[in-house]
Amino acid sequence: MNLAVLLAAFFATAIEVIEMVAIVVGVGVARSWRASLAGASAGLIVLVALVTVLGIAVRDVPLSPVRLVVGALLLVFGLQWLRKGVLRVARDGWGVGHNAPDLDSSDVDQHRFDWTGFVLSFKGVSLEGLEVMVIVVAFGTAAGAVSSAVVGAVTAIIVLGAVGALTYRLVARIPRRALQLFVGALLTTFGTYWAVEGLGVAWPGEEAALVALGALYVLAALALLSWVRHGWQETTQVAGHRGSSPGSSSDPSASGRH
Amino acid sequence: MNAVVHGVRAFIMFWVDFIIGDDWTVAATVALALLGTWGLTRAGVTAWWLLPLCVLAITAISVRRAAKRELRHGQTG
Repeated sequence: MNLAVLLAAFFATAIEVIEMVAIVVGVGVARSWRASLAGASAGLIVLVALVTVLGIAVRDVPLSPVRLVVGALLLVFGLQWLRKGVLRVARDGWGVGHNAPDLDSSDVDQHRFDWTGFVLSFKGVSLEGLEVMVIVVAFGTAAGAVSSAVVGAVTAIIVLGAVGALTYRLVARIPRRALQLFVGALLTTFGTYWAVEGLGVAWPGEEAALVALGALYVLAALALLSWVRHGWQETTQVAGHRGSSPGSSSDPSASGRH
Repeated sequence: MNAVVHGVRAFIMFWVDFIIGDDWTVAATVALALLGTWGLTRAGVTAWWLLPLCVLAITAISVRRAAKRELRHGQTG
């Protein structure tokens, strides 16, 4: 069992599962629990079928090109999370992030099956699940530890799914933005390492380079966070001194954008 | 037929969003850095440092750009 891969897959999957659970719970609360859970189940069935088919296909692929491709994918995807994490934490602090969709329950007929709720949950679970699949295949095949990645991902699904089922209010309290920033750094670290290794380039210190890369990216993210906050505060103060009109704000935290 | 086209389009859009996101310059820089790493390695130069360096640079540039954009939205309400 590869503990590093297991933990990386666990935390990366946790982000997706939080989104999944938030969507399913949001649809269930706002529209119909029956439709929401049916949609989630259908999404999971589709995912299991996809994992079965692609799992067999991935088994015989040579490792170097896989490392290059999945490393590059993880890198660009991780960088998206890292950027968003930095910007969101800079704007809102290390607080709570909640990703439930905005829903209008006024058109729900209580006597008929709610297909809209079904499709919303199905899409949420299948799309987030597809990302989980990419993460598991990426971590598993690149490190040659598929079982560790699967165990990490399945544990995250069970743990966070149980948490969501037992107390859905807890889901809203997970500091998703902070998690997004650090998992973004984690994915960027693994992505950089595997992409370069996939090109046949050796890292100094081999796997110890992962720790150095991780520390470098986390420190860079924290420095960027401080830089962005400082820049926004400075601009806000300058705008205040220039006598901006009442009601207008240059503080992005007042914009309410997500 | 429309459903098939819609499905293919949605599939492509998912991967475009997954890879490129809201800033295509990040993915482009990563691709160029990988190409550069490959080229330098072929020329016999140790090149493991190039990708992390480019990643740090493009992240800073992209975050700065996004922060400015967010600030403008804040100012315009």
